[in-house]
Amino acid sequence: MTETVHREPDDMYRVLDEDGELVDGAEVPDLSDDELVEMYRHMKLARRFDERAVSLQRQGRIGTYPPLSGQEGAQIGSAMALGDDDWMVPSYREHGAGLVRGLPLKDTLLYWMGDERGNRIPEDENIFTVAVPIASQLPHATGMAWASKLKDEQDKAFLCYFGDGATSEGDFHEGMNFAGVFDTPNVFFCNNNQWAISVPRERQTASETLAQKATAYGFEGVQVDGMDPLAVYQVTKDAVEKAKDPDEDELRPTMIEAVQYRFGAHTTADDPSVYRDEAEVEKWKAKDPIPRLEKFLKDTDRLDDDDVEAIEADVEDDVAEAIEAAEETPRPDPASMFENVYAEMPDRLEQQLEYFQSIREEYGDEALLED
Amino acid sequence: MSENLTLVQAVRDGLRDGMAEDDDVLVMGQDVGKNGGVFRATEGLFDEFGDERVIDTPLAESGIIGSAVGMAAYGLKPVPEIQFSGFMYPGFDQIVSHMSRLRTRSRGRYTLPMVLRAPMGGGIRAPEHHSESKEAFYAHEAGLKVAMPSTPHDAKGMLIASIRDPDPVVFLEPKKIYRAFREEVPDDPYEVELGEAAVRKEGTDVSVFTWGAMTRPTIEAAEQMERVDVEVVDLRSLSPIDFDTVVESFKKTGRAAIVHEAPNTGGLGAEIAATIQEEALLYQEAPIERITGFDVPFPLAALEDYYLPEPARIAAGIEEAFDF
Repeated sequence: MTETVHREPDDMYRVLDEDGELVDGAEVPDLSDDELVEMYRHMKLARRFDERAVSLQRQGRIGTYPPLSGQEGAQIGSAMALGDDDWMVPSYREHGAGLVRGLPLKDTLLYWMGDERGNRIPEDENIFTVAVPIASQLPHATGMAWASKLKDEQDKAFLCYFGDGATSEGDFHEGMNFAGVFDTPNVFFCNNNQWAISVPRERQTASETLAQKATAYGFEGVQVDGMDPLAVYQVTKDAVEKAKDPDEDELRPTMIEAVQYRFGAHTTADDPSVYRDEAEVEKWKAKDPIPRLEKFLKDTDRLDDDDVEAIEADVEDDVAEAIEAAEETPRPDPASMFENVYAEMPDRLEQQLEYFQSIREEYGDEALLED
Repeated sequence: MSENLTLVQAVRDGLRDGMAEDDDVLVMGQDVGKNGGVFRATEGLFDEFGDERVIDTPLAESGIIGSAVGMAAYGLKPVPEIQFSGFMYPGFDQIVSHMSRLRTRSRGRYTLPMVLRAPMGGGIRAPEHHSESKEAFYAHEAGLKVAMPSTPHDAKGMLIASIRDPDPVVFLEPKKIYRAFREEVPDDPYEVELGEAAVRKEGTDVSVFTWGAMTRPTIEAAEQMERVDVEVVDLRSLSPIDFDTVVESFKKTGRAAIVHEAPNTGGLGAEIAATIQEEALLYQEAPIERITGFDVPFPLAALEDYYLPEPARIAAGIEEAFDF
């Protein structure tokens, strides 16, 4: 039932080849035609959002932003494999995965505009708050899954995203080890995009694969073509299922290494031309997940040119609306930095807030914003 | 001969000179090699010194700091970089359990001539966890020296002094002023001694003690004030602190304010105020003012300018001390 997660770590799972053709013997995941088109639409939306966000940063309309282009197959494929009750524990680049779960693009923009309100996940979404310090979210995902198990929930999986660089951090190993020891319902999803800023995958670890690191913790680790959304969907689906309902002889956790590439910079503050060749980028761009899925959907009569045009117009509107909504959001109240530090504000902080308000009144905000 | 350099260029210059004069000195960290550092602090060093002295490491702060401890104990002089001081914490155990106290624990058998560099502080619209000022953590740790230059000249001289120092130094670089201004920096290696404060502006009414990126707005506030003759002291070295200069200045003015961007509670301002009261109580004319960041997590970029002390707030604090 969950055969795609019972493979050798280096036996990469694929469904579509680079040209969008079915790989020999591969099965198309059990998704309806509508769901397959929805997958495509989500990927187009993530890509368009990403392009606009990079451009907004260049224009000074948002702050530093981490692009995701090239990684839509891994993000959308994995996010769609989660059930409504499952949880997603992201790093900081998963705005694509987030939009599948209903995380508003407006909120993602607000966060990268430096507005704390963008960091609050909507009440009904099972998404954990963004984690910027590398790998620090893995132990959280393990703890959440562990808590679910201690509460006797049987029906939830906890998927944690992180990058190739994160596998070098202690928190990666500690989170994975706890997951194995306490047999927690986790899926550890590694977005191996080949580069941790300027450090290539092969300098991150002497291991042949990242997936094999799971072997040391007693559970399965498998590679999947991270630019093949159908393969990613299937492997994640199987891992989620194993997390919730493992066979007697298997542990719940799985590590998935989604092999992929970031087409752009680490963040808008980074210039990848300093450390990697354009030829390498071009090689990976040939694996772009979006045309691959588009070709497959067209070849199987699930999508035609008119549909593509309509989807493109549609996502253009969605992104434009999100940008407008974010930019029309009034600036945060300066006093809000004193909120939510504690359930109840201590006296000393109350005094600092009073002082802050008094100097604002006395000098005006403009004077306080002077460098 | 000298060159007109920014602070981050002066850091690079100091690293280069430190490496050129001593083959045991090496640089290591994330993106310091081929990429030249995310702030360009190691630009060109990879080409000049090669990949065994300018080392791109895996993404692991405990690994970087811990292996630097091992290298230093074994006779090299590593200068590890942590990309942002906000990412120091996976290596914190190595700092407080080993880097700070190996000399003590081994009764002098093993020593750590190493310099741990990190950009710190707010004011550049950086993402979450990239803007904090946690110098008090390191100054609190016996066995560490802590430096925070506020000028290009000091950055190079203090970095060379740190590299030559037999003890471990945490070298914190205020990134807001990495490129804020230029200054003539001598080409040849030179030292600005650790543990010595600099009087940036002399005055007779109120002594203001500050460091790092707060030095400039403090001087600006002082220069704008007509009623009050302010003395500005840039501590530069946060462990050891030059209390001789602090106390001497205070004895002259009898009034003091302390400016730091770190949160108020438990900040180094408290240490300075306490020492002044121990050493110069009878000279004191007014309560010592602290103009600092607030006791809240450093806000995201949209509100960071409200968090950081700037000239109007600094001047208001100085006036409080003056008018008491």
